[in-house]
Amino acid sequence: MEMLLAKYNYWIYVTLMMIGIYAMIAKCNLMKKIIGMSIFQTAIIVFYVSIGAKKGATIPIIAHGHGVAHEAVRVADYVNPLPHVLMLTAIVVGVGTLGVALAIAMSIHEKYGSLEEDEILERQE
Amino acid sequence: MISPEQYPVLIVVTPLLSAFLINILGNMDKRFCYPATLLALAGSLAAAVGTLCRVANEGVIHYRVGGWPPPFGIEYVVDHLNALVLVVVAGVALVAAVASKRSVEEEFPHKITQFYTLFVLLTTGLLGMTITGDAFNLYVLMEIAALTNYALIAMGGNRALMASFNYVVVGTIGACFYLLGVGHLYIMTGSLNMADIMTILPSLYGTNAILVAAILMLLGAWIKMAFFPLHGWLPNAYTYAPSATSSLVAPLMTKVSVYIMIRVMFSVLGATYVFTVLPVKELIVWLATAAIVGGSLFALSQKDFKRMLTFLIVAEVGYMVGGAWLATERGITGAILHIVNDAVMTLCLFLFSAIVVYKTKGHQLSNLEGMFKKMPLTMTAFAVGALSMIGVPPTAGFFSKWYLILGGIDAGQWQFVVALLFSSLVNAVLFFRIFEIAYYEPHSDHHGHSAPVAIDEAPMSMLLPLAVVAVAIIMLGLYSGEIVTTFIQHAVPAGI
Repeated sequence: MEMLLAKYNYWIYVTLMMIGIYAMIAKCNLMKKIIGMSIFQTAIIVFYVSIGAKKGATIPIIAHGHGVAHEAVRVADYVNPLPHVLMLTAIVVGVGTLGVALAIAMSIHEKYGSLEEDEILERQE
Repeated sequence: MISPEQYPVLIVVTPLLSAFLINILGNMDKRFCYPATLLALAGSLAAAVGTLCRVANEGVIHYRVGGWPPPFGIEYVVDHLNALVLVVVAGVALVAAVASKRSVEEEFPHKITQFYTLFVLLTTGLLGMTITGDAFNLYVLMEIAALTNYALIAMGGNRALMASFNYVVVGTIGACFYLLGVGHLYIMTGSLNMADIMTILPSLYGTNAILVAAILMLLGAWIKMAFFPLHGWLPNAYTYAPSATSSLVAPLMTKVSVYIMIRVMFSVLGATYVFTVLPVKELIVWLATAAIVGGSLFALSQKDFKRMLTFLIVAEVGYMVGGAWLATERGITGAILHIVNDAVMTLCLFLFSAIVVYKTKGHQLSNLEGMFKKMPLTMTAFAVGALSMIGVPPTAGFFSKWYLILGGIDAGQWQFVVALLFSSLVNAVLFFRIFEIAYYEPHSDHHGHSAPVAIDEAPMSMLLPLAVVAVAIIMLGLYSGEIVTTFIQHAVPAGI
């Protein structure tokens, strides 16, 4: 129980990831697969964002910036901004992937009149 | 003139900016796209060759993008391994672009602008993946290459749509695994720069987080390269892709992914970690053996020429993964040399299949009937590629296979050696069957009297690139000794 609580961010991301993978593999409907893919990518974003957070820390802007006497900056006072910045890129990539997947799903629907994988495979014969 | 200092960044920036330019030009007049694409890729190739020469003379080049020193900024690192891969990627892309003109005009005349924009962006992604020294930057470029690849494959319409959709799903899982692995490395080391990670890592070798990171990153690379049990997406995607697309992605996508695996093994995790701390070396060689045997057997059972080639790619991926995990100097040399050789060989075969599709509107084995009479030059060039796949000296394929076999013997992995020989045998059966079909005339009257067949060669824009590739295969074979001593020798990690 303690392990669950102490590392709850990891449990949340793993659960989300498993939901995503399940939808991608087990679902027949292409839309559901795409939703699963999105959940999967979001799980990784949650993971990255959570590792930047620190208890009792504030946003990483140093109040006494240029020219002020060099006071020691305590790293523990600020959250780590780098994982958050990385995730901006990953969110953009996720949107791109979602867009491409939806566009392909639309073409498939136009062509076969269905988004169910088994029906499409049947009509391909 | 541009100083040689800037060559590394020009390799990536030239096609990146050109991609947008091609889109703008194409909206004015579609005819601008093709020459603009060739110019962009030629520029990138020139920069890559310039970088290769610098690496040969000066050793490893570090380029700081924007002048920010690592580990804060993103660094481009060109060493003996990726200098070679960069030239191959840029060269293959240029040749595939030259040959694409007729196929594109024939298969999707209304999407020429979109095709060439994506084509150049895909090349940018592959070059960026190869040159970067930053683990996260690698992920971003991997996704650029993948997203453009999905779209290019989907352009094939019909069955390509479903194939591309499956590829989107599987490819995204692969890339996300890689990203997750990088995340674990970042938690432990606090760095994303590959060289920096590698210096911090040895003190953390025993931890579970690094083990998870290694497994996730390798799994990601394997999904992307279609390593045997994970290869399901590849055959359909590459078979139904438009021929101009498959001549670019079939030679490069898997090869660059193999390069990524080697990069992760030796420049991020370190050879000591992957070979001595991780207890999976032998298991992976066994998997590679299964990939070679499985890929060859599936190829043997195909009636579709292009589909047969896609299963050969699955087998060839087994060659390279197995070679890298043999953990012997000659095995790794063979794996790296095979990245270069296999890219060129696969290009030869897929350019030929593009010609077959262009001329006969199909890619079944029966479409090849009577080809030797109709297109003697095309078939000769294809024969060079086929002999190289079998591994006949002095073609390039022989030399890399030779190193791999020697590496397998050094490591005592006899099953891998047997699989390599078996695959050569299967390739021989496959390609001699094709030669036989191509000699056989579809309309002969069984008395030896057949109507004289008019020579009907492929158009110059397709034949010339094929001929260049055929010559390149032989040259790569003849100079393989120089390539190994000048470049690959320095890329193999010391002390194994």
